[in-house]
Amino acid sequence: MLNFVVRRLLYLIPVLAAVSLLTFLIASLLPGDLAYVILGDQATPEKVAALRHDMGLDQPMWWRYLSWLGQVVQGDLGRSFRTGQTVLQAVAERIPVSIELMLLAEIIGLAIGVPLAIACAARAGGAFDRFMTGGAFAMLSVPSFLSAILLIYLFAVELHWLPATGYVPLTEDPAANLRFFVLPALTLALAEWPGIMRVLRSDMIATLQEDYISLAKAKGLKPSRILFVHALKPSSLTLVTITGINIGRLIGGALIVESIFALPGIGRLLVGAIYTRDLIILQGVVLLVASGFVIMNFIVDMLYAVLDPRIRHGHA
Amino acid sequence: MSGALLSIQDVAVELPTPRGNLRAVDRVNLTLEAGRTLGVVGESGCGKTMLSRAILQLLPKKARLSGRVMFAGQDLARLEPESLRKLRGRDLAVVFQDPMTSLNPVLTIGTQLMETIQEHLELDAAAAKKRSIELLTAVGIPAPEQRLTQYPHQCSGGMRQRIAIAIALSCEPKLLIADEPTTALDVTIQAQILDLLAREQRRRHMAMILITHDLGVVAGRADEVAVMYAGRVVERAPTPALFKRMHMPYTEALLAAIPKLETAPHTPLPAISGRPPDPTRPVPGCSFAPRCRYAAGRCHQAKPDLSAAETAGHFYACFHPIRMAEGIGA
Repeated sequence: MLNFVVRRLLYLIPVLAAVSLLTFLIASLLPGDLAYVILGDQATPEKVAALRHDMGLDQPMWWRYLSWLGQVVQGDLGRSFRTGQTVLQAVAERIPVSIELMLLAEIIGLAIGVPLAIACAARAGGAFDRFMTGGAFAMLSVPSFLSAILLIYLFAVELHWLPATGYVPLTEDPAANLRFFVLPALTLALAEWPGIMRVLRSDMIATLQEDYISLAKAKGLKPSRILFVHALKPSSLTLVTITGINIGRLIGGALIVESIFALPGIGRLLVGAIYTRDLIILQGVVLLVASGFVIMNFIVDMLYAVLDPRIRHGHA
Repeated sequence: MSGALLSIQDVAVELPTPRGNLRAVDRVNLTLEAGRTLGVVGESGCGKTMLSRAILQLLPKKARLSGRVMFAGQDLARLEPESLRKLRGRDLAVVFQDPMTSLNPVLTIGTQLMETIQEHLELDAAAAKKRSIELLTAVGIPAPEQRLTQYPHQCSGGMRQRIAIAIALSCEPKLLIADEPTTALDVTIQAQILDLLAREQRRRHMAMILITHDLGVVAGRADEVAVMYAGRVVERAPTPALFKRMHMPYTEALLAAIPKLETAPHTPLPAISGRPPDPTRPVPGCSFAPRCRYAAGRCHQAKPDLSAAETAGHFYACFHPIRMAEGIGA
């Protein structure tokens, strides 16, 4: 098992190197010289040249990449030339919002998707299964900006149960904080559960055909034990994969949902950085988010091993 | 017959397929007394596995079962799911063909043994564990205590089949159905597993249905043999009577298809030519007639019923039974 973890950790090194290179290239190849952006109206050729020299922009690209990487490895991702905030400060300020949103969305999505998947698989082809499979397909095709607006209309405008937009830190007032998070989390969950349900449902149906399920029935086990102990665990590998991808994606912030609900998360930080051409923030945040995604996938790989002993022992 | 533990009466299984209904089992009648062994023999696709699934009520969802499966005085086909569940694993146990797929890959061997024991017997975890160790010892697994925490993929095929047998024996069933228990195993392991089944069957005084495609397997181990072909029982007899004088040409052909030690090397095996009939297109006559070297006009028009032979308990379904004084001479 330790061997397995170390091996998977070593795989991370080239992946993260590639991530950092791509991030650097995206920021460097964007049109518009950073010195002009910073100097704005006051740009004179002398000032631009001086700033370019100060920032090392006159160096060759590979040199700039290596020196940037050197700083990144030491934990220095640079600072915004607009706000003076370092990338790490900006991210640290915003990431709790995105993580809370991600966690709530995944919990709601799994809470809807998993029981429905099990119920459908237990009676595959039945009326409930057909109805839910169709319903999930319909929900998959609803974009989140639409469900966000519908939810705001229903719960905020018509019923006045929940606030439409805004944010209170969790540390200030947990109850109010949760009220602000319900609608955005629900919006994301509405897009998540159909995928969760369809993947788990089809894996469960396949597992229920297995010989060992017949044997579990022949052993006289209770139907609930067959579903939850014998069938659910071997069926959840794909579920873990897509949940991991969802989480990795949402760590980077939900751009649209954070914007609609005015949540100050990573997504809004990124959108703001793009609008203001704050390339240092953009580059730093993209690198952090991409690394988070890669690490999330590593955790998913570890979870496979927890779920399936054959992976743990290096078979299969 | 009233004392029989299992009595299968007019059991038929139909499976709907895109090409029409497939009659996998066709009006089969069999009985089995407590403590006895019945061998069910036939080639692939003859309906022997479907018959075992029909007894266990583990048929595919779309399959239609008719007839009665009387087990200890109850018709399993009409039992409530909850009563059936309490019977399965406890009085009625099964060992499947392929131990590579019949054990759950993500649960430990201990879990898979103990869950059966704790479901049916009122034992706490410690007692269930003790019993599991005893069972693994009984089926010949060394270091049983360590095995309990291992997963199926850490055991060899023969080992896994022993574990599957231990699970089947765990609640002292009255009837054990062994569905080709050695087909997926190494030849060297086959005899060991069959001897283990026979020994445990005698020791626990349980009845056993031994399903196989190999007449040699049932020869020394079954009290009675039923030969199946195209979903029907075509010959049924006490084992000694069958081997002394078989009447059905199909039985003879099955026996001839077993390789023999005394045959010279490179001699072609006398395989049964042709294939079993398409079960979705029933033939009007005897279903073996197209492949039978004794078949004559009548065989293609009418289905022979099971009729009694001169020996008690021996039945065969053939218009032209083999009348040979001594064994077979294929």
